[in-house]
Amino acid sequence: MSEPILELTGLNKSFGPVHVLHDVDFTVRAGEVTALVGDNGAGKSTLVKCVAGIHPMDSGAVHFNGERVAIAGPRDAADLGIEVVYQDLALADNLDIVQNMFLGRERGSGWLLDEAAMEQAARETLASLSVRTVKSVRTPVSSLSGGQRQTVAIAKAVLWESKVVLLDEPTAALGVAQTRQVLDLVRRLAEQGLGVVLISHNMADVFSVADRIATLYLGRMVAEVATRDVTHAQVVELITAGRSGDLGLARPESATV
Amino acid sequence: MTGTASPRSEGAIADFGIDTTAQSTGEAVRDYAARLRGGDLGSLPAVLGLTALVVVFWALSDGFMTLDNTANLLAQGAGKMIIAMGLVFVLLLGEIDLSAGTASGVCAAVMAMHYVRAGNLLGGMGNTVFYVFVGGLVVAALLALLMRIWAGSVLALVAVGIALSGAAPNPWLEMLLAVCVGAAIGVITGFLVSKIGMPSFVVTLALFITWQGVILQFIGDGGVFGIGTQPVLFSVANGNMSVAGSWVLCGVAVAGYALVVLGEHLIRLNRGLVTAPTPIVLAKIAAVAAVAVPATYALNLNRSQNDFVVIQGVPYVVPIVLVLLVAGTYVLNRTRYGRHIYAVGGNAEAARRAGINVARIRASVFVVASSTAALGAIVYSSKVGSVDPQAGGLNTLLFAVGAAVIGGTSLFGGRGKVFHAVVGGLVLAVVENGLGLLKQPAAVVNIITGLVLLLAATVDALSRRRAASK
Repeated sequence: MSEPILELTGLNKSFGPVHVLHDVDFTVRAGEVTALVGDNGAGKSTLVKCVAGIHPMDSGAVHFNGERVAIAGPRDAADLGIEVVYQDLALADNLDIVQNMFLGRERGSGWLLDEAAMEQAARETLASLSVRTVKSVRTPVSSLSGGQRQTVAIAKAVLWESKVVLLDEPTAALGVAQTRQVLDLVRRLAEQGLGVVLISHNMADVFSVADRIATLYLGRMVAEVATRDVTHAQVVELITAGRSGDLGLARPESATV
Repeated sequence: MTGTASPRSEGAIADFGIDTTAQSTGEAVRDYAARLRGGDLGSLPAVLGLTALVVVFWALSDGFMTLDNTANLLAQGAGKMIIAMGLVFVLLLGEIDLSAGTASGVCAAVMAMHYVRAGNLLGGMGNTVFYVFVGGLVVAALLALLMRIWAGSVLALVAVGIALSGAAPNPWLEMLLAVCVGAAIGVITGFLVSKIGMPSFVVTLALFITWQGVILQFIGDGGVFGIGTQPVLFSVANGNMSVAGSWVLCGVAVAGYALVVLGEHLIRLNRGLVTAPTPIVLAKIAAVAAVAVPATYALNLNRSQNDFVVIQGVPYVVPIVLVLLVAGTYVLNRTRYGRHIYAVGGNAEAARRAGINVARIRASVFVVASSTAALGAIVYSSKVGSVDPQAGGLNTLLFAVGAAVIGGTSLFGGRGKVFHAVVGGLVLAVVENGLGLLKQPAAVVNIITGLVLLLAATVDALSRRRAASK
């Protein structure tokens, strides 16, 4: 098992009176896919947004590559090499694949963009991910399928020599074949040595790609287990009840509230 | 929606880095056809419409396709066309600037007052109005600083400098003043829309009325500032280049276009990047030459209807429009700023997450639009040789928006080019001019113009729906 590349300890986050995350510990290891599962409202997206610097954390420590770091905004996260692929993808339909991948970080001077360098880098990235379904990198995103858009969004995250990629429900809107493509892509990211976090509601997806499964239940991290050590049913129990046998929250009689 | 369902991608699925960049001419043509079917019409309807209109008016009216009328038509349409070029930037964000017309009128009024009052704006406006005017410019400069739109701030301060210095009248200085006032107006609009967060429709509707009042205040009820006596200001829209100069312009335009397009094509080909097929690139260059050379030749013939004067050469408005077209296209396609405009127009949330300062982009396009509108004001004021309280009013703005939309710029944001404003502007100029020659009453002209605009907006909406439902 590799050293954690990203380690959160004692993370708390409240929105006004609502305490969304309670002392959450979470680790991401390079070369592994960590699935982050939990019911709606368990705090998965909030956790991701805290890591991405979109929401400030109330308390807690972040260690990146063993060093204590502060993430005060999206720029800090990006500088560390943390990229997030959001559920709504955040692609501009009217721009082509290259333009989207470099959006906000265009190469060349402000007065003359270096289209050639961007196009080459985009193609290399897509080729390294073995993307075979897009005809041309100059295709406008509006004419891509859902799976292709997801691919572009993921490739955009990988382009920046990122170390950690967080994917928020990347397969939620996809068909069977496209889901397969995206999951293969997620697997390849981990094989390239990135730390990958996959948020998903789909247990089949989770079991097919994840090395470890972290379960959030009502804002508490109830279990971080290796995929091979648990069954489908156990994970579902963890998600819905917060415990499954010895895993998860302690029994109510011994719990301290 | 599946990307592999369209006919063009059948059997064309290839790995990246292998054979995705080269395209045969046939493929490119089919690709274009597929894009048209997919709802990405661009300026095609406008170009076809323009051709049809020219043919119809040519057939119906003896006076339409004369040299004299063609040159006149260009000068008539140029003012609104230039305003439309600036509006494209605003429309790209899905915003609207209803005040661009009357804002341009304010710029024209200030410019004309500077000339008529021999540089004494204080005397022309009266104390109170002058101090409010200068105060407004200073506020605009500060707001621009606040929004980090440096160019807007500098231009507003230049206007302050010119106003306070009471510099002697100089046509170039006056034109600069007009553009600077335009920039300051744009800063105010941009601030209200992007920082205060009011819908641009409301802000610019209010400013539309406000600027109309300001023009009236500057010029006075029933007053008029004549600028026809200033040779430079008068020649902007009424003067012509020399015959030799016209050919130089033609050569520079065609050779420049060929150099840029072909040069880029060869570089991309060399580096193995996505390129259009060489025959298509050559065809584009040939098409530009095929329009430019005969047009230059025709405009270089003597078109005077009077035996004692010779009128020949390309009107100055042509190079003015061309320079703005090149500059606008360059900014939108080649600079980071232009890329960010498209991104904000396509998906503001994506742009925000990519670290783009959306508020700044949103404010800045109003500065571009108002400054460009000031240039348009210089041209239309020059054409009539005077500035009156109606300058930039009536339907100036609506024609300018119409021109951009007819040319193919989407009202929904994200799609549009500066070129669209030129094509759309020509369509409207031809309609107005042609119907006038056919002795049609204003009622018919307005109805037809309105219907043309309605048609263009329909095409825009339908093509957008088609693109969305694909």
